[in-house]
Amino acid sequence: MNLDDYFAIGVTTDLGSHKFEPEEIKVFARKYDPQPFHTDEIAARDSVFGGLCASGWHTTAVWMKRNLATGMDGRWTGPGPKPEFGPSPGFKNLKWLKPVYAGETIRFTRACLGHRPLASRPGWRVLAIRAEAFDSTGDKVIEFENAVLVKTG
Amino acid sequence: MTARKWAFEDFIEGATLDLGSKHVTAEEIVEFASEFDAQPMHLSEEGGRQSILGGLSASGWHTCAMFMRLLCDAILLDSTSQGAPGIEQVKWKKPVLAGDTLTGRSTVLGKRLSKSRPGLGFVSMRAELFNQRGKSVFELENVGMFLSREAVPS
Repeated sequence: MNLDDYFAIGVTTDLGSHKFEPEEIKVFARKYDPQPFHTDEIAARDSVFGGLCASGWHTTAVWMKRNLATGMDGRWTGPGPKPEFGPSPGFKNLKWLKPVYAGETIRFTRACLGHRPLASRPGWRVLAIRAEAFDSTGDKVIEFENAVLVKTG
Repeated sequence: MTARKWAFEDFIEGATLDLGSKHVTAEEIVEFASEFDAQPMHLSEEGGRQSILGGLSASGWHTCAMFMRLLCDAILLDSTSQGAPGIEQVKWKKPVLAGDTLTGRSTVLGKRLSKSRPGLGFVSMRAELFNQRGKSVFELENVGMFLSREAVPS
């Protein structure tokens, strides 16, 4: 086994689904994103979105939750120690393609794209990940390119 | 016309906007992480110390959420915002540790009116969060959509 096998490079992994209930949308938004279309059904009806929908940051946070729930914690049978996940340096090209409306069930996916050595930290690599999510009609609602540091040496 | 403070016209290229401050408690770091990002460095001081972050530190997604709240309170809630299509990039540059105080700043990089939707404009910004030692811990670039003052129905 090598790192490509362990990370399943190029394979899209289903991370499972999450139903966005109206109450949890409002609880998240009241704390972090209290714009009326995320906190109030009536105000949302008259807004640009036409109905209560989740904060875009709520959707990305649930991607992270699903991502951890479906870990890359399979058996490591390669040489050396088992790869150990660290923090993320950031993400890019996040697109909120379609609102996540209250009551929608969203399916999340992850695909590891590749990895390269981290010049500033010997023994660590940066793993590139494509994140996506889809609503019940199959439309893509978010996508972004994530990265995570992995200790491999 | 709108009485709101921030419409498309009010964003001036090159201007720097103050987003205010936010004290980050251990309790809220653990609360957010327990729900969304339950990794040891976000759940306890001990777990944080054993990681390369050096102490209990906020999930990067929590930092995004805290940034969003600052942006809402400073600008968006008193604006003609029509949402945002996405985020060009976010850099989690340094750990956000329990007890830190974050201060936000956003610079208007450019703006343009929509060709297809009259009265709608795009404002591109680069925002940063600094900790109490003046170190930049978070950077975000994105484009927000705002109506012009005249385009808002009264």
